[in-house]
Amino acid sequence: MSSVATPTPAPRRRGRRSRTKLQRRQTRLAWLLLIPALAVVAFVAIYPLAKTVYQSFTNQEFLAGITPTKWVGLDNYSLIWHDPAWKHAVILTLKFAVITVSFEFVLGLIIALVVNSKFKGRGVMRAVMLVPWAIPTVVAAQMWKWMLDDTFGVVNDLGVRAHVLSHSHAWISDPSTSLGAVAAVDIWKTTPFVALLLLAGLQVIPTDLYEAADVDGASKLQQFWRITLPLLKPAILVTLIFRTLDALRVFDVFYVFFGNRLDTQTMAIYIQSTIIGDGHVGLGAAASVFMFLIIALFVVIYVTFMRVNEE
Amino acid sequence: MSATAESARQVSRPVSRVVRMRRSPVGRFLWKVPFWTLIALIFIYALFPFYWALRSAFTPDPALFATPIQYIPHHPTLQHFRDVLSSDFFRRALLNSTIVAGSVTLISLTIGSVAAYALGRFRFRGKSPVLYLMLSMTIFPQIAILGALYTMFSGFHIIGPIDFPKLYDTEWALIFSYLIFTLPFTIWVLTGFMRALPADLEEAAYVDGATPLQVFYKVLLPLIAPGLVTTGLLAFIAAWNEYLFALSFIQSPSKYTVPVAITSFTGASGNAFQTPWGQLMAATVVVTVPLIVATLLLQKRILAGLTAGAVKG
Repeated sequence: MSSVATPTPAPRRRGRRSRTKLQRRQTRLAWLLLIPALAVVAFVAIYPLAKTVYQSFTNQEFLAGITPTKWVGLDNYSLIWHDPAWKHAVILTLKFAVITVSFEFVLGLIIALVVNSKFKGRGVMRAVMLVPWAIPTVVAAQMWKWMLDDTFGVVNDLGVRAHVLSHSHAWISDPSTSLGAVAAVDIWKTTPFVALLLLAGLQVIPTDLYEAADVDGASKLQQFWRITLPLLKPAILVTLIFRTLDALRVFDVFYVFFGNRLDTQTMAIYIQSTIIGDGHVGLGAAASVFMFLIIALFVVIYVTFMRVNEE
Repeated sequence: MSATAESARQVSRPVSRVVRMRRSPVGRFLWKVPFWTLIALIFIYALFPFYWALRSAFTPDPALFATPIQYIPHHPTLQHFRDVLSSDFFRRALLNSTIVAGSVTLISLTIGSVAAYALGRFRFRGKSPVLYLMLSMTIFPQIAILGALYTMFSGFHIIGPIDFPKLYDTEWALIFSYLIFTLPFTIWVLTGFMRALPADLEEAAYVDGATPLQVFYKVLLPLIAPGLVTTGLLAFIAAWNEYLFALSFIQSPSKYTVPVAITSFTGASGNAFQTPWGQLMAATVVVTVPLIVATLLLQKRILAGLTAGAVKG
């Protein structure tokens, strides 16, 4: 492409007035091209979001004929705020987010470091890491549900054979292990993806830095703490943001594993069953706004953390 | 780079080679054992659940529900695949998912590439707000608008004679709502592709008297074809995998998409007391293999697309 002689860009040679005219024409055309996309976004996301906020101040039911919809002020918010089931859902979701994101980050970083070193079969390894990512979450959950089966599951069989377990365990129905079981699916499905994102960040770090550190006699561990980690920080933060937001809105794995079971409701399941199951649209909308605020809070925390680090 | 840094680098090579030579062959071999063990562990961890689904799909029922469990089926069978593929329920779900995911992908690519053209090749006021809007949409929690969409889909009056049609329990509800996550993502990634193109070709076309639209579909679109394929695949996978909306907006079993069908699958025999794990695993294999094959074929491009969507954002 570089061999092609660059033609004289005709528009740039024109006078100042016609350039502004051209500029104006460009602007108009650009907005014209953006109309379909903006219309879809407005209709599919912005309008529903505004509607959700409005609904959260009303007592709207899905079967509107029974009770006429009217403005109820902050009633829904106070109902949700005092609902122990909501509080439980928030705590459970936060627990899940902390567990999965930290495991995925640490394991993902280890995998990224291993795959980043040169060895035969690196390409194969990277392809293998994409497999869990490509499997639909619901399907992955079903696979694991079967693997964790209390009588015919492979996890119990391996555990008993290796003498880690004395007898088969009902991982999913036992409340003390259910969160771990569901986290295992998420960790399995997402860790390779986190590793791939971190790997992309690792490959940008110039190799001469490590060579110079070798000359200065720095150990591999020192190199990791002083070179790799600081330079990887932007990639780490972005990965953490995306993963946290994903974990906070978790729905699929929990729903496949437990359905509507009350003690395992996440925020998303609470909202879904309030709106779709019970038809309490107004109440569910208030919970949605709460959830939106919690997620926004995390974004603000991460973004300020990033800003502080840049200075 | 300054001269001193250049010379420092030249010095560094022989020294680091000496450091490397200090390690004896035995030491090097011993270091490699944990390394390859780790590689093997990662390999098994990533693939074992999929292997287990395959193994369960090929194991006949009597052996599947018996202990001790067989790690490799002694008498592999295709019966589970036959049962699943002959089930109307599952076949319909495959068709529904293909229609929904295919339409969503086509719509996103069409609208998205036009928008990406504006955002990637034009300079105009208000460009960065639009880009930020698209970026914030990619992290938008879909659950937040579940109730609003639910009431919208039961139909409402817009203005004058125009009504919003009742979309509840139709594929249209899914196609419409899936655009929330596919369109902004498509625009964001395709804008990156558009921006990376050199200006020469475009300028040459303008000199030859081409209109902006001709430049778009005769010059730029063919050049970003790889980007379209990758983005399209990612959008398709996202739509194919979606569960929350599909579960909430579809009521009739004949309109279920694959994820909903897989969680409510009772098997060809319809025995309500024993989950038909063999058939279920056969179904998961049928559903996943095309995705895995497509992903592996486009591996490098997918990685580039995903990292453009996440790391640079």
